Amino acid sequence: MWTPFFQPIDFYVIVPQLELTLFACGILLMDFLLESRYKYLNAAAALLGIFFSGVRLWQMCNLSLVAFNGLFIVDSFFITFGFLFLIATAVVILMSIRYLEVEQTHEGEYYALMLFATVGMMFMAGGTDLITLFIGLELMALSFYILAGYLRADRRSNEAAIKYFLLGAFSSGILVYGFSLLYGISNSTNINEIALVVSERGLRDPVVFLAMIAIAAGMFFKIAAVPFHQWAPDVYEGAPTSITAYVSVASKAASFALLVRLFLTPLGPVRPNWEAILAVVAVLTMTVGNLAAITQENVKRLLAYSSIGHVGYILLGIVAGNETGFMAVIIYLYVYAFMTLGAFAVVVGMRRRDLIGEQISDMAGLFFKNPAPAVLMIIFLLALAGIPPTVGFWGKYFIFAALIQTRHYTLAVIAALYVLVALYYYFRIVVSLFMHAPREPGKMTLAPGLVAALTVTCLLTLIPGLYPEPLIRLAQSSIFPPFY
Amino acid sequence: MEFSRATILNWILFTPLVGAVVLLFLPREAKQVHRWLANLFMFAGFVVSLPLVFWYDKGQAGFQFEIRRPWIPSFHVEYHLGIDGISYLLIMLTTVLGFIAVLSSWAFIQERVKEYYIMFLILQTGMLGVFMSLDFVLFYVFWEVMLVPMYFIIGVWGHERKLYAAIKFFLFTLLGSVLLLLGILALYFYHGGVTGTYTFDIVRLMALDLPWEWQKWIFWAFFVAFAIKVPMVPFHTWLPDAHVEAPTAGSVILAGILLKMGTYGFMRFSLPMLPDASREYVWIMATLSIIAIVYGALVCMMQKDMKKLIAYSSVSHLGFCTLGIFALNHQGLAGSLLQQVNHGISTGALFLIVGLLYERRHTREIVAFGGLSTPMPRFATVYLIISLASLGMPLLNGFIGEFTILLGAWQVNKTWAAFAVVGIVLAAAYLLWLYQRVMFGPVTKPENEKLRDVNLREMGTLVPLVLWCFWIGIYPKPYFEVLERPIARLVQQAQPRQVREVSRLPVVLPQLPAEPPAEASESR
Repeated sequence: MWTPFFQPIDFYVIVPQLELTLFACGILLMDFLLESRYKYLNAAAALLGIFFSGVRLWQMCNLSLVAFNGLFIVDSFFITFGFLFLIATAVVILMSIRYLEVEQTHEGEYYALMLFATVGMMFMAGGTDLITLFIGLELMALSFYILAGYLRADRRSNEAAIKYFLLGAFSSGILVYGFSLLYGISNSTNINEIALVVSERGLRDPVVFLAMIAIAAGMFFKIAAVPFHQWAPDVYEGAPTSITAYVSVASKAASFALLVRLFLTPLGPVRPNWEAILAVVAVLTMTVGNLAAITQENVKRLLAYSSIGHVGYILLGIVAGNETGFMAVIIYLYVYAFMTLGAFAVVVGMRRRDLIGEQISDMAGLFFKNPAPAVLMIIFLLALAGIPPTVGFWGKYFIFAALIQTRHYTLAVIAALYVLVALYYYFRIVVSLFMHAPREPGKMTLAPGLVAALTVTCLLTLIPGLYPEPLIRLAQSSIFPPFY
Repeated sequence: MEFSRATILNWILFTPLVGAVVLLFLPREAKQVHRWLANLFMFAGFVVSLPLVFWYDKGQAGFQFEIRRPWIPSFHVEYHLGIDGISYLLIMLTTVLGFIAVLSSWAFIQERVKEYYIMFLILQTGMLGVFMSLDFVLFYVFWEVMLVPMYFIIGVWGHERKLYAAIKFFLFTLLGSVLLLLGILALYFYHGGVTGTYTFDIVRLMALDLPWEWQKWIFWAFFVAFAIKVPMVPFHTWLPDAHVEAPTAGSVILAGILLKMGTYGFMRFSLPMLPDASREYVWIMATLSIIAIVYGALVCMMQKDMKKLIAYSSVSHLGFCTLGIFALNHQGLAGSLLQQVNHGISTGALFLIVGLLYERRHTREIVAFGGLSTPMPRFATVYLIISLASLGMPLLNGFIGEFTILLGAWQVNKTWAAFAVVGIVLAAAYLLWLYQRVMFGPVTKPENEKLRDVNLREMGTLVPLVLWCFWIGIYPKPYFEVLERPIARLVQQAQPRQVREVSRLPVVLPQLPAEPPAEASESR
């Protein structure tokens, strides 16, 4: 009997994504009509779209829906990540407005592409079918390739875009090869059905093993885990700073959502096979990320390497693999988003017509010129280093808790020791901000959007730091049972 | 919130923090306002801690003035404060010394006054929180929070090599902290696995009988954290740098309070929670303590820098404190705690004295001084008393503490006591020799001829400490009374398991209810 591939009611489930898409298309049209001094209206429209999408998402809380014959689901995991993407996108839009004016490329496509990327991320978090997941991933990645090269006149931006594109396309190829193997053994693209087949075939099945390796390699590219991390520092340095923030937060969170889905459901039955691989990669990632960050002079590069280090911590949560571990992953991604966005917002604010403002030395004595952003930057850096009472502490805390609970003591000690290294390089920036005399007289211009972005990220860094209960509840509620 | 027995710890804890918030909203240019307000808030912090003296019940061994609120219920973390005799004395030391340290910064801190006082007020809250917390996570949060302001106090207002010293201090302490955190989590999960209730409640974790394997590892994790903080010998290298480079008030707080957190950690956590490991490793601990005593004292003899000399004397004095702790008997532990207070008073005062000289001459080199008793007679008197207190002269505080520790150590091992006595002799040598070179003889340098003697404010910082030295030295009974019950309980907790089992029933059980009195505290 012929069953329709979808029913109209299915669209009800993806309203958040549809709203974003509509707004993105609207921005593309609207942009033609706007004079250059009114370009900020594009940003306003994008924020409005995010707001509507967020409202819809809020209404879907506690719902559990399946749409398109199991291609896409709405569960608490999806909702939690959806909010993270929306918050991150909104904050990045806020910090972009003035930055794009300074760079003199204030165009509507920028915001439209960001919304498209968000749609892609949402499909990555909620997809339950290899095709949906892959299309979501590619939608996000393609948007990012363009955004990374958005500063057409800047050679570094061009370089970043082409590197990102080539390596990204390559890694997508590897990933989709893994998908094809899974499809080959199971004759299905639904991850739950694949999981059943994989668990039947057992741990020693070579095809499953090969698929796992390919998927792992592809995902390691996306999250910038060692040894597939080389693209990250160059892309981070070359891309527009606001996009660097976006890539390092939203793209990472979405890739982790995808990674968690893939490793827990279709690859869940072969957990013993990937657990050790993930553990080794996590340790390598922390090592390379943290050690390479020590010598960086460019703040964006430093944050790029440190974000590689953070990836190592998040992977450890998956290695722990129990309820606390997955909770820790979600908490860490949230926490990481808040503090990283904040730190990048300060770097964005440093940019002026006459100053790129990316070197650590450019930040010298910022405290004497603009005390408020300097103090905020110190708070964000303390959070990144994991010092209480900032929210960064709880991210690390739950990773450690999960590792101790599952008796991964060695990993816990290694992870703990890298906190010291991280503190050292973050404090190089603190020293520059707070203890060096200003090098040049110019002040930072605090545009309203940037102030809003800084306020939001600062509150989100401090308040859950003092009272993490809601964040923990959120993470606890959004765990889905793994397939092992 | 009314001020009562039930809330006093909140008042003590948050008065400095409120001050920091108030200062945050004042304009930076109003330096004098910042000074007055900061001093006022620190003084207020001291005043609200005074009722403890009257309300503290010496007859109890358990924790008093408890405050208990849920904080992170889904991970069983509570906001839980409470003090016993051990923390009571350290809290009083903190509130007094904190105020004196802030008062002593009045003239010395001329740049970035606002930030300085904000940092100091936050630091004060952090330190008090460490001594009050009865929840392990809360304790850890305070333990780490306090590092940040101390880093800035050393790094911004310090001397020549301040940045190096500040980050070294931060990294060393953080190394211990992260391992401590892992140890805490291990305890938490073990307790949950065995009893079925997950809790960070320190009192309940003390009642846990850990198997040897766990005790061993957790002991070393805790050891690194506390030994770095004390500092015990292989970990002491951050201390001379941090002390020398910190501004005077920073050194006073570092030596007076921060170092006590390490010894407090041993007494509060290692001994009661890991008694078997503590007893097993007594030899290592005692050896390290004795090395610290003798080595610290010998290094002192060779110093050319006054501040560095006093910094190393801290290593030596804290060696006494750890020796007392790991004598594991009543005299040793009580003496150790009293000696911690003594060290806070007298070394704090010594750093103030060096600070006074530095403010006048901008050098700490011993050879730059000589014959100062002629231009500065009042200063000479105070300095002499403090020196004598520090080296253990009878009728002054140091004698009581060191004597009690020696008494405790002697009962365990006579060799320990013999080595420790060498430390006392050396202390007399280096402190008196320092005094002689700085104060006696003719005035060797023309700059020193017209040095101003201490003024009223400076006297205000020193005289209370001198009086306190005499009080403890002449009439230490109140202190031992306060410590009597808590130390007795601590000694019992550190006994071997069989002894604990037999003797626990009548004394300890009332303090360790099977269920925390959650309903009681909520209904209140």
